[in-house]
Amino acid sequence: MSRAPATVALETRPLEWPEAARKQVEEALTHYPNRRSAVLPALWIAQRTWGWIPPEALRLVARTVELPEPEVFGIATFYTMFNLQPVGRHHLQLCLTVSCSLVGADRLYEHLRRRLGIGHGETTPDGRFTLRKVECLAACGNGPCMQVNEDYYENLDEAAVDRILEKLT
Amino acid sequence: MSRGPLLFKDIDTPGLAGLEVYRGLGGYEALAEVLAKKSPDDCIEVVKASGLRGRGGAGFPTGLKWSFVPKDTPKPKYLVCNADESEPGTFKDRELIEKNPHLLIEGMILAARAIGANVGYVYLRGEFAWIQRILDRAIAEATAAGLLGPSVAGTDFRLDLYTHLGAGAYICGEETALLSSLEGYRGQPRLKPPFPAVEGLYRCPTIVNNVETLMNVPGILANGAAWYRQWGTEKSPGTKIFSVSGPVKRPGNYELPLGVPLSTLLNEHCGGMRDGFRVKAVIPGGSSVPPLPASLLDTALDFESLNAAGTYLGSGGVIVLDDRTCIVDALWNITRFYRHESCGKCTPCREGTYWMAEVLERLERGEGRDSDIALLDEVADNILGKSFCPLGDAAAMPVMGAIRHFREEFEYHVTHRRCRVNRRREELDALRSAPAAAEVTA
Ligand SMILES: Cc1cc2nc3c(=O)[nH]c(=O)nc-3n(C[C@H](O)[C@H](O)[C@H](O)COP(=O)(O)O)c2cc1C
Repeated sequence: MSRAPATVALETRPLEWPEAARKQVEEALTHYPNRRSAVLPALWIAQRTWGWIPPEALRLVARTVELPEPEVFGIATFYTMFNLQPVGRHHLQLCLTVSCSLVGADRLYEHLRRRLGIGHGETTPDGRFTLRKVECLAACGNGPCMQVNEDYYENLDEAAVDRILEKLT
Repeated sequence: MSRGPLLFKDIDTPGLAGLEVYRGLGGYEALAEVLAKKSPDDCIEVVKASGLRGRGGAGFPTGLKWSFVPKDTPKPKYLVCNADESEPGTFKDRELIEKNPHLLIEGMILAARAIGANVGYVYLRGEFAWIQRILDRAIAEATAAGLLGPSVAGTDFRLDLYTHLGAGAYICGEETALLSSLEGYRGQPRLKPPFPAVEGLYRCPTIVNNVETLMNVPGILANGAAWYRQWGTEKSPGTKIFSVSGPVKRPGNYELPLGVPLSTLLNEHCGGMRDGFRVKAVIPGGSSVPPLPASLLDTALDFESLNAAGTYLGSGGVIVLDDRTCIVDALWNITRFYRHESCGKCTPCREGTYWMAEVLERLERGEGRDSDIALLDEVADNILGKSFCPLGDAAAMPVMGAIRHFREEFEYHVTHRRCRVNRRREELDALRSAPAAAEVTA
């Protein structure tokens, strides 16, 4: 799955949900007895719409679920998967927890770091890749595992990683 | 080939995730009859008699938990399926839902009917967006077929199911933190009691059950408690899905009757260790439980036998450590996980996981002091039973267990200022001394 470029024009008017996203948010709101419960779905929809969650989008989510913006910020930062900073088009999230580590994940991280010339949390200058070490992805039997945006790539070795990198343009 | 007696019997049937194939294999067949002939209380009694125990980690008897839901309350009741699958080493719920979502839906219909819930949520970990899509599709199919919605299978029972995606936080697997997260708060745990069965989601009676637990329910209610008890042991009836990881020949999920020896799982089902590897230790129930040394591989995989061996069945995530893996290094990795995932709410866990990781790192780097092993044990002991929720215990238990079984390897680090063995480090060093690979070009 590829994302929209991680840029948002400076708006003078507050951000609004694009039509498709607005429908998804409205659907999510019907799943719960109060608006607050839709905060995670709304944050996800924002992230899928803009590739990350810029401050304007955080404000939009807060307005949508009728919570103070600082509280939504507190919720968004509690979880690891919401990108409050822009990320590259391909967000490489390599698991380094024990099971993956036992089958070579550390070597793979080193390999990625060298090939891309970036470290944990960094993005290549062309905006193509962001590299991140993550904790267990529940793919322990198929390790090493890397999640790229929302997709899992499993049973990886150096050659497999190289093929994936070439494919992700 | 069938991969197991119950949940894995048909798991690899092509198209099983679709309603038609699921029905062709007998899915939803007994549903209408159970709903017509058995009262909610009858269902709870059958599940109690089956001896089914929670498969999410704690092993609490499922029927008993359901019976705690108050009957004389005007409040709505909720059923929540825990599909957070956050315990390192565990990857079974993912395969179960991905391949057989309708079995979960059928289990949730029966469980919700038994406790009187008309709304159910499936809480999936944030990384499982694609599994959410599979489950949403199955829910839509079941709704269109009249199996969910205002009149489940033609009865006057109503059930609406929704999926809810987390966003990356191990703690949200803990049931009260999960409920906080579902309600739109930060995913931090709440004090128990009140237990969720009495005061859970939106302060209403709520049952939280693991995916695998709920998937066992249709078989039990269709065929009875005695049928279910043909598998497993007297106190640990039924089967369990074991997720095996580490350097074995065939890692993966295996469904076995409870009570099968660990050595059978590893040697017969997983094909033994990869060539050139030998078992050093096995963590049998997800990274939160104490490791078993290789001398205890004949331990039976059931709740009681594992407790007698000083560990737990947990989630059934079996992590195999080989003899060239450094035990201190492995524990450092595991402890970094808990340090990262501690929610920060209570001091013993927040500070304790930090200090355990610091001391383990020092030992691993050969900078350990004479007093460090005692210090590590003491910090762990100051977390155990003293943290707000069991995440702290989950961090302390593997450390204490590793010191208990591998004390001399810890001591070796202090006296020799290096690891006795460390395959991971050797492999990394070899890579680092090799010439750099070319950078990727656009
Ligand atoms: C830190 C922590 C993480 C947990 N993670 C999970 C999980 O990922 N999945 C799960 O089903 N249970 C998990 N549990 C157990 C739940 O709190 C709860 O006991 C379980 O969902 C109840 O379902 P069961 O009775 O069907 O096992 C976790 C517990 C703790 C303390």
